[in-house]
Amino acid sequence: MHFDPFVIPFNIGLYFILIYTVVRCITWFRDLSRPDKLRLQRGFFGRAFGQSLKEIFMESLLHRRILKTNLRLGYMHMSLAFGWFLLILFGTIEADIFSQSHLNAPYKAIFFKFFNPTHGQTEFERAYSFMMDFILAFILSGLLLAVLKRFSSRVVGMKKTTRLKLTDKIALTSLWMIFPSRLLAESFTSGVYGTGSFLTGTLGSWLNTFLPSDHLAYVFWWLYSISLGTFFILLPLTRYMHIPIELFLIFMRNSGIKTGDKTGTFSEVQTYSCSSCGICIDKCQLSSSAGINSVQSSYLMKAIRNDDDVFNIAHNCLMCGRCDQSCPVGIELMPIRMIQRREGEGNGDMRTIWRGYFRERQNPALVRVPEEPSFGYLPEKKFRQADVLYFAGCMTHLTPLIKNAMVKIFTAAKENFYFVDEDGGVCCGRPLMLAGQDREARELINYNSEIIWKSGAHTLVTSCPICYKIFKESYHIGAEVLHHTQYIKRLIDDGSLRLNYSHRKVVYHNPCELGRGSGVYNEPLDVLSFVAELQNTQFDGPNSLCCGGSLGNIKIDTVSRNKIAADVTAELTACNPDVLATACPLCKRTLANATDCQVADIAEIVAGEISLIQRKKSRISVLNIRELAEIS
Amino acid sequence: MDKFGFTISKGRQINYDQNDRRIYNYIIENEPSFRNCIACGGCSGSCSAGNFTRFSLRELNILINRGENDLPRTNLKKCMLCGKCTLICPRGVNTRNVVFLAKQAFKRFDSYAF
Amino acid sequence: MGKHVVVIGAGVAGMEAAGRLSRNGLEVTLLEKESVAGGHINDWFRLFPDRRDSNEVREYLINLSSDPKIQLKTGASVDKLTRHGSSYLLTTDAGENINADAVVVATGFSLFRSSRKEEYGYGIYENVISSADLEKLFISGEIVISSGKAPQRIGIVHCVGSRDEKVGNLYCSKLCCVTAVKQAIEIKEHLPDSEVFCFYMDMRMGGALYEELYREAQEKWGVNFIRGKVSEASETIDGKIVVKVEDTLAGRPLKMDIDMLVLMAGMEMSEGGSKLAATSGLKTGENRFFASADHHFGSNISNLEGVFFAGTCIAPMNVTETISHARAAVTEVMEYFSNNNR
Ligand code: SF4
Ligand code: SF4
Ligand code: SF4
Ligand code: SF4
Ligand code: SF4
Repeated sequence: MHFDPFVIPFNIGLYFILIYTVVRCITWFRDLSRPDKLRLQRGFFGRAFGQSLKEIFMESLLHRRILKTNLRLGYMHMSLAFGWFLLILFGTIEADIFSQSHLNAPYKAIFFKFFNPTHGQTEFERAYSFMMDFILAFILSGLLLAVLKRFSSRVVGMKKTTRLKLTDKIALTSLWMIFPSRLLAESFTSGVYGTGSFLTGTLGSWLNTFLPSDHLAYVFWWLYSISLGTFFILLPLTRYMHIPIELFLIFMRNSGIKTGDKTGTFSEVQTYSCSSCGICIDKCQLSSSAGINSVQSSYLMKAIRNDDDVFNIAHNCLMCGRCDQSCPVGIELMPIRMIQRREGEGNGDMRTIWRGYFRERQNPALVRVPEEPSFGYLPEKKFRQADVLYFAGCMTHLTPLIKNAMVKIFTAAKENFYFVDEDGGVCCGRPLMLAGQDREARELINYNSEIIWKSGAHTLVTSCPICYKIFKESYHIGAEVLHHTQYIKRLIDDGSLRLNYSHRKVVYHNPCELGRGSGVYNEPLDVLSFVAELQNTQFDGPNSLCCGGSLGNIKIDTVSRNKIAADVTAELTACNPDVLATACPLCKRTLANATDCQVADIAEIVAGEISLIQRKKSRISVLNIRELAEIS
Repeated sequence: MDKFGFTISKGRQINYDQNDRRIYNYIIENEPSFRNCIACGGCSGSCSAGNFTRFSLRELNILINRGENDLPRTNLKKCMLCGKCTLICPRGVNTRNVVFLAKQAFKRFDSYAF
Repeated sequence: MGKHVVVIGAGVAGMEAAGRLSRNGLEVTLLEKESVAGGHINDWFRLFPDRRDSNEVREYLINLSSDPKIQLKTGASVDKLTRHGSSYLLTTDAGENINADAVVVATGFSLFRSSRKEEYGYGIYENVISSADLEKLFISGEIVISSGKAPQRIGIVHCVGSRDEKVGNLYCSKLCCVTAVKQAIEIKEHLPDSEVFCFYMDMRMGGALYEELYREAQEKWGVNFIRGKVSEASETIDGKIVVKVEDTLAGRPLKMDIDMLVLMAGMEMSEGGSKLAATSGLKTGENRFFASADHHFGSNISNLEGVFFAGTCIAPMNVTETISHARAAVTEVMEYFSNNNR
């Protein structure tokens, strides 16, 4: 037997999805910028190719990163993806060696048992059947977890599960039916012919004792084919599209393509690669503390795919980067959210066509640029020559303790410094940028840049991590930008600052913009362990929490912010520290309102420990306790 | 008859019944805390923009509330969104979102480009 | 009747209640966490609205509560209150157990810790002081700033820690406006050549003779009133304080050098009261003060039978109101005993 009508649904689905994926990739490729096209070509034919294959194996099939975060969830994803892959691979090999001919049509492999019902007589055939049954059992175990997860996400150790739309539901049902119907189809056939291994064989012979297996087998082969066909045809409309698209993403990423600041192929590919695993939702404090469950990255990706108006979702996010850090697919979630913020209300320049099977670039809406600049009122710039500039930042003016501490530190270190915004300065521009108003931000950046540039300073010190991030990333000022924790660390290291050791217990709250945002993790901890008894928490480093005060979120109300801050301070003060230290004026104010524990900036703690006897600058570096511990 | 009696020149008076309250309504719908403003001036006292130019969020708030939209429309863009006001406001008005929404509302209802 | 009542807190409310209870023939134990009775009134120089010497009121209270039926225990704060049948067992921090047939809670208020509003620089800049600190200066008879000189220009900031969502106190402390006016006049009395500016959001002069005092401050003493919430304060090199505020009536931001800035700290539920509420199941309201059974006709009644409230432990009150409230509490106690004794 070479053909049976029941394979038609499967064939239609399979060829449809293959052609669709290829066309889709071609359109995406065409949309890439020239340099990105070159990058991708180089990536395909260069060393990155091996890297990509490895990553595809590790992530798309084994789901290593999900396994690392959540074992049960990882197993679920792995058994489905890797198991299916094995089933196809060994199915194809099976069809190749055991059928009459080589190079069969795919359906021959998928429905092998139907076309070769007597297969499984010899020892070798039996061993092969055993393996195929084993793989099927592996998939079914994962499927069982997936079904249970739908009904209770706690089964896989998750607090929340993602919500579904109708097409997702149909596709999900067809996905769920694929493997059980294969199991039953194979079992019935095996039952009739007395073949099959421990799973299909046993089940088949048992069912055969009381059911008309012959007829039922045919029904289930049909069902198997229909489920596959339906699943493939609906695939582009559902989140399962991430399965083929993620392969493309991995190639693009390994070729060095970045998200950029406008919607483009890469951001599109990334939104389609989201597997809706929900890990980002679990990480998000808006969900865990404030009960806001509609704005997380997973929902944002879905809303973009559905072409919903994502303006409000995009802005209701702390931009803390906790999800970005943990997304197992490695989607650049923060840049994608920023793109949505920039595009403005209902201005998204993509449009869904053909009932959702394709998206097309729209003509970008005409933006009338106003004649005059927004900040034309700013006064003539004042310059002053200095070695070191201190830019406290807007927020720091509301925390005079930090400001005073820094002045004390500069003075103690005998630094030739100039306090740029002593009388209130011009905002660094990052808040505007976070609100998606880049053009306005640029005006402020240019204004401040000139002041800094012309002062001839070699170093710019700031107390505010929000300022720090934008100074580092978007200013071209010819001066080295340091957050005050980094600067203090240097002063300690080169002996310019002599400090006493206080025996107070401190824990450190790492501000988002400094830690995950700018990668500054060690200096604050080094400085703290140098002056006080630093207690480690599980939130040191990239897993740090957001205080809740973030300027990144323009939407949430004070009640939600307070809830987040209360949870954070509860976590951080669990070990009863004397001081809750941080390195950001905004974090300080937010946390201080939520706890009775003393909250202080690292600069304040340091300024309080300055030795009265300042010795001459020594060239010998002072090792701090951490480094000593590492050496010994 | 007009010559007699008292006429108040149009420009001086807040014509509450005829003023356009869509901007205000749009803001309170999306940011209910805007209702809580008591015009204390805490925001404008520390304002980064107000340091350099005539710009008072308190004034704009109250004008928008009364539907006197002309000054707010042209002046809102002076705000740097720095957030000092949000940290100060004793009434918990989410001031940054008020500015943000007001700009959106002017774009939407008055086709004003920022 | 031989009944025994414990009054917690020997401030204005506690002393008044104790005195009235003993006059009604009851045995009273008056517990005070500090070493002397009197409460906040000990720290105040003169009282509004008539600026009478606070000592006069203190003497009245001491006379009233100096009765052999009243046993005053100082240095004793109550950790816990537990019901035993029809009476209560009070445990003090010293571990002492006291039995009571009824309890009057008069734990009063705490002044808002002004350092919590970091932007005003209390505890950072030497010449930023609180209203309570100013009273101490009045008592000492000398109003000087850190340099030892008399201040030329004094700023008074209203609503510090009250009506401020940022510190979690939505309510108005009710007395600080009139205190500000009283203190402004007193400053002018001491330093006739100085200038005094009150920075307010609203002038809440609702008590008897308050408005008259406000008017006197303008008319007779030339005190200036500027409507605007002070946003920040900073310090110049020569120790002056610069306030940033919007003069909302003029519609313009205002920057002013000031020699001394006085913060009108609001009233908060006292720490002792909060502790008692937590350990004994006494209900508190959203403002963290004790919650009365009924706002209109049960303001002395708590959710525990036989436990009554007197004074500012339920809300900000002035001295006059506190005394009346304490007397009302005594009426409730008497009624409670007569109902339970039939
Ligand atoms: S964005 Fe990443 S973490 Fe979130 S659901 Fe998608 S794949 Fe998972
Ligand atoms: S950046 Fe933070 S707040 Fe925003 S969605 Fe991710 S985890 Fe949530
Ligand atoms: S600080 Fe708040 S309440 Fe005061 S004027 Fe500004 S927005 Fe209104
Ligand atoms: S956010 Fe705008 S209105 Fe508020 S203080 Fe900054 S510049 Fe002023
Ligand atoms: S009494 Fe006056 S100063 Fe005190 S909280 Fe009320 S309004 Fe503010």
